[in-house]
Amino acid sequence: MPKLAFELFVTGRTRQSQRAIQNLRGYFAEAPDVEYEMTIIDVVEQPERAEERHILATPTLIRTSPLPPLRIIGDLSERDVVKQALGLLGASLSTATQTQVSEDHDHE
Amino acid sequence: MSENPLGLPKLLTGIPGFDSITNGGLPMNRTTLLSGTAGSAKTVFGSQFLASGIEQFDQAGVFVTFEEPPADIRRNMMSFGWDIAAWEAAGKWAFVDVSPQLSDETVIAGEYDLGALLARIENAVNRVGAQRVVMDSLGAVFTQIAQSKIVRNEMLRITTALKKLGVTALLTAERTEEFGGIARYGIEEFVTDNVVVLRNVLEDEKRRRTIEILKFRGTDHQKGEYPFTIHPREGIIVLPLSALELKQQSTDLRITSGNQVLDDMCGGGFFRDSVILVSGATGTGKTLTVTQFISGGALNGERCLLFAFEESREQLFRNARGWGLDFHKLEESGHLRVICTYPEVAGLEDHLVSMKAEIGAFKPNRVAVDSLSALERVGSIKGFREFVIGLTSFIKHHEMAGLFTATTPTLLGGASVTEAHISTITDSILLLRYVEMYGVMRRGMTVLKMRGSMHDKEIREVSIDSTGMHIGSAFRNVSGILAGVPVHASEREIARLNDLFDS
Repeated sequence: MPKLAFELFVTGRTRQSQRAIQNLRGYFAEAPDVEYEMTIIDVVEQPERAEERHILATPTLIRTSPLPPLRIIGDLSERDVVKQALGLLGASLSTATQTQVSEDHDHE
Repeated sequence: MSENPLGLPKLLTGIPGFDSITNGGLPMNRTTLLSGTAGSAKTVFGSQFLASGIEQFDQAGVFVTFEEPPADIRRNMMSFGWDIAAWEAAGKWAFVDVSPQLSDETVIAGEYDLGALLARIENAVNRVGAQRVVMDSLGAVFTQIAQSKIVRNEMLRITTALKKLGVTALLTAERTEEFGGIARYGIEEFVTDNVVVLRNVLEDEKRRRTIEILKFRGTDHQKGEYPFTIHPREGIIVLPLSALELKQQSTDLRITSGNQVLDDMCGGGFFRDSVILVSGATGTGKTLTVTQFISGGALNGERCLLFAFEESREQLFRNARGWGLDFHKLEESGHLRVICTYPEVAGLEDHLVSMKAEIGAFKPNRVAVDSLSALERVGSIKGFREFVIGLTSFIKHHEMAGLFTATTPTLLGGASVTEAHISTITDSILLLRYVEMYGVMRRGMTVLKMRGSMHDKEIREVSIDSTGMHIGSAFRNVSGILAGVPVHASEREIARLNDLFDS
């Protein structure tokens, strides 16, 4: 499995920002065999980074690797949506889920 | 900034005519909602607001685009001569690109706000030191962010932040109908206290663009709709017609009509800054009256500008030669400029803009339009009236004399639409009419109205030959000429009527 890399754009130390960070860490804690890298970017301190990535809403999580880029907007509290999008659902379900996910993507 | 004793300070936009209908520009440090249907020129207006700020006031601007990518805007606005890329390089213009990024797949999972957008706008405003911000358009935010409650709250947060930054902002929004709710999604109630509406209405099969200031809270503005046009090189030009004040100076100075007898009939010639309407059926001598008017001016060393909408240059020059006047020579000596245009090539607003430009460039003493009726077919009646008011006040404001012709639809008697709608605007009216007498068509002329002067009330016979127009004596034994039903009275009847009044 290729290594996962993320950029998480947040606005300061708001509750939403904190929740997004905690949620993401929590999901990966449940899948200890998956390696990932996360860069947290505060748009107030680094607005030019938000400009580069055309960020509209915060929090926004961008999966930068593997490609193609995937964006998840929100505080990541919708557990199933996030885990499915990132392919973190249980191993027994993984094959079926992966297919499901890619089909969904084609529709969008 | 313009001083405004009646309320909040305003920021001059530099958009021609707009500052006049807003009584000095947009409310300063506020956000104004600019609402309009698709194709109502919202993006052009927004771009021009920033471009004029840079060109005329050296004020930088930020363009937040939710819809069109910056590359498209740069390219589209280039035709108006706005070199956005150069301004970006000079740190005068900054884009905040929030146009949809189709390449990235997006999933929504949980609560969010538009904090990133606000941070980017603040960053851009600080970076270029912007005084003006445009956000185009709100509807596109809603298509990207489905939850309208979030968008509403966040737009309110952004407009509040913009106020703190001290910028004057325009926020565009779509409407689905020309007349109805101000904008979709019910944003108008909370986002802004100021609303401007752009319309692009189909009226009598013709497109007519108008702009209306719906409200400016806490400050004054002109009310109602004003026509505007999009000039291919200069952008939006608002025509503040009914906002014009009647403050032209009037003078007692007389100028010649080019015909001695007509001068006498008018009590010594036309007034220098007056507008004269010449009405008549085809062939009654309207173009000849125009030609005389021009030759009278040119002989006194005045400059004359003729707008011809019915005849070609060659026809006009040949006709003038037929009456012993050399238009070529007059043009060469700089006393005359003839502009022939087909009425259909442009809308009335565009005609008005280009005619004003020609008048401004040539600086004539006399302006003639032959004929005004030809322009009637280009616009609606309301649009035509506004056009005539706009042209008339412009001419008077510049202390020039104007002579317009109007063609009546019927040969005998009758009044044209032109007359019906503009007769109150003009200072003087000359009527040229056919008079049928015992199987012969003769021509009559009368001065119907001459504001501020005594004038001849008789209907006089006119004859036209190779030397021009000759005004003879009055039709004594005919009545009903103007009504189009001439009735011939016998000599005895006339004598009897005279006795009646003498006794």
